[in-house]
Amino acid sequence: MTTAVDVTALRRRPGLRRLRVFGQGPLFTAAVLLLAALVAVALFAPLLAPYDPDALDLQATLAGSSTDHLLGADQSGRDVLSRLLYGARSGLLGPLVVVALSTLLGILVGVVAAWRGGRVDALLSRSMDLVFSFPGLLVAIMFVAVTGPGMTAPVIAMAVAYTPYVGRLVRSIAQQEKARPYIESYLVQGWSGWTICVRHLLPNIAPTVLAQSAINFGYALMDLAALSFLGFGVQPPTADWGAMINEGEGALLQGAMLPALAPSVCIMLAVVAFSIVGEGIADRVAKRDR
Amino acid sequence: MQQNLLEIDDLTVRLPEGRAARPILDGVSLSVAAGEMVGLVGESGSGKSVACRSVLGLLPERARTDGEVRVAGRDVLTLSRDGLKELRTRQVSMIFQDPRASVNPMRRVGDFLTEGMRAAGVPAAAATDRAEELLDAVGIRDPRGALRRHPHQFSGGMLQRVVIAAALASRPSLLVADEPTTALDVTTQAEVIAILTRLQAERGTGMLFVTHDLELASAICDRVYVMYAGRIVETQAATDLFDRPRHPYTAGLLACTPRVEPDAAPPRPIPGRPVSLAESPSGCAFAARCAHAQERCSVEKPVLRQYDGQGLAACLRADEGILL
Repeated sequence: MTTAVDVTALRRRPGLRRLRVFGQGPLFTAAVLLLAALVAVALFAPLLAPYDPDALDLQATLAGSSTDHLLGADQSGRDVLSRLLYGARSGLLGPLVVVALSTLLGILVGVVAAWRGGRVDALLSRSMDLVFSFPGLLVAIMFVAVTGPGMTAPVIAMAVAYTPYVGRLVRSIAQQEKARPYIESYLVQGWSGWTICVRHLLPNIAPTVLAQSAINFGYALMDLAALSFLGFGVQPPTADWGAMINEGEGALLQGAMLPALAPSVCIMLAVVAFSIVGEGIADRVAKRDR
Repeated sequence: MQQNLLEIDDLTVRLPEGRAARPILDGVSLSVAAGEMVGLVGESGSGKSVACRSVLGLLPERARTDGEVRVAGRDVLTLSRDGLKELRTRQVSMIFQDPRASVNPMRRVGDFLTEGMRAAGVPAAAATDRAEELLDAVGIRDPRGALRRHPHQFSGGMLQRVVIAAALASRPSLLVADEPTTALDVTTQAEVIAILTRLQAERGTGMLFVTHDLELASAICDRVYVMYAGRIVETQAATDLFDRPRHPYTAGLLACTPRVEPDAAPPRPIPGRPVSLAESPSGCAFAARCAHAQERCSVEKPVLRQYDGQGLAACLRADEGILL
């Protein structure tokens, strides 16, 4: 039995194909573009912002959207758009540090646990379970209670809290990778475990870890915004999305939506974009491994 | 007497499984002299892979062992981690069954070949030159181009050549090949075997060649050990083994091979199925499948004994010359 297949029909239209990054769909491309824009905004906020984010203009208090203030002004008459643009800085920097630290720590713990096995594995895995069972936000708040408000303590606490997400994943895929025959054949060539881990095992599991870290970035962004919203993180008057929502509460009661709504939308878009990118990478890795 | 390069002396290996220890090898002794090509033949499950992996200290972590595995006089089983590493980098190399699985698919062949040398302190340029030399020695055309390619761009046979080149990179005095041609197709097998035997002869490397193909082993090896259910049942010089097998199992293996001569007897399979050491009875493990078994065979355990000439066989009736 033969089936005739029109091969040309299987080819995707070139217009859509151009939108594909990493072999993923247009949604993935949109998410990547959004994140790129976000990074650009954070880097060039001073050039892009129409006003000083902290400049008070009491005459513009709770102004609606206009050509002067595209997204209106908050209770103190500060330009919401300018504050949003500057807010992208702490909005991205905090999660970046959290993700960088937790990824490094997670890889270290996960690889050591998988490679050494036995008691070392048991000890590290149980420690990760312990951290995992503690709500990250609670740990962060406890840290703040000790050190006082500010970003340093919450960022460190969140980094520790996010380590098990990476560590568990790394441990399980490193175990699979370690069971592959090529690892043994390299051992037999007398290579040290360190060389094999750093030069072969790590590069091979890196894409999967990258996917998890991208997803973690979104969650960390949300958690840190929540901390700022609660008043434990970035302190007023510094522009930060979480803190802006907090300050916008009052405006909300007086009928002005934008000061609280705009940063909420920003957080949502960023988190969704990071999730899409993370899952897109994970998808890609799964396809490659099949 | 000259010391042998490899000397496995009365090696017994058990794997703990639940409460009982499952035996894998029982009193295996074999030796490889410098420059000698020694075959180790057996069916799957006979323990030949475990035996050859013990040479590199690659036994499962919880395995319990008795006996000694000496490489150049040092017992591998008691070596420290650094000692093992030293052994693996300088003295013994191993070639695995499936070349596709034993190379990291993500890295270039050049990395695979040079990294080990780089780690041993060879400068980058010298390592690359040596890698090219090695690839040339295993018959890969355009070695310089090959270094830049990835494993998937090679055929199985070509990749096995690369693996052989890597195994030779450290100038080992002993090469352990665990069914190096089983995963390859027949025409490629012959080429790879030819390369292995040529390099082994040129470099005077001792080699332990593990295979399930008795004919292949007796064609290329100096001496052959035959394993059954975790024990060595016979050993002879390859030519003698082929002409005058002493153990019914060896004879049975030879009789299973189809012959091309017009008046040859049709192949006769050995009845029954291979047993592992764990399930073998108290007497001769082969008794249940043996056409010549007597009552005493299932009670008395035969030991390896010398019969006229050089070989050893573990059969109660070996001296009767009853074979075939």
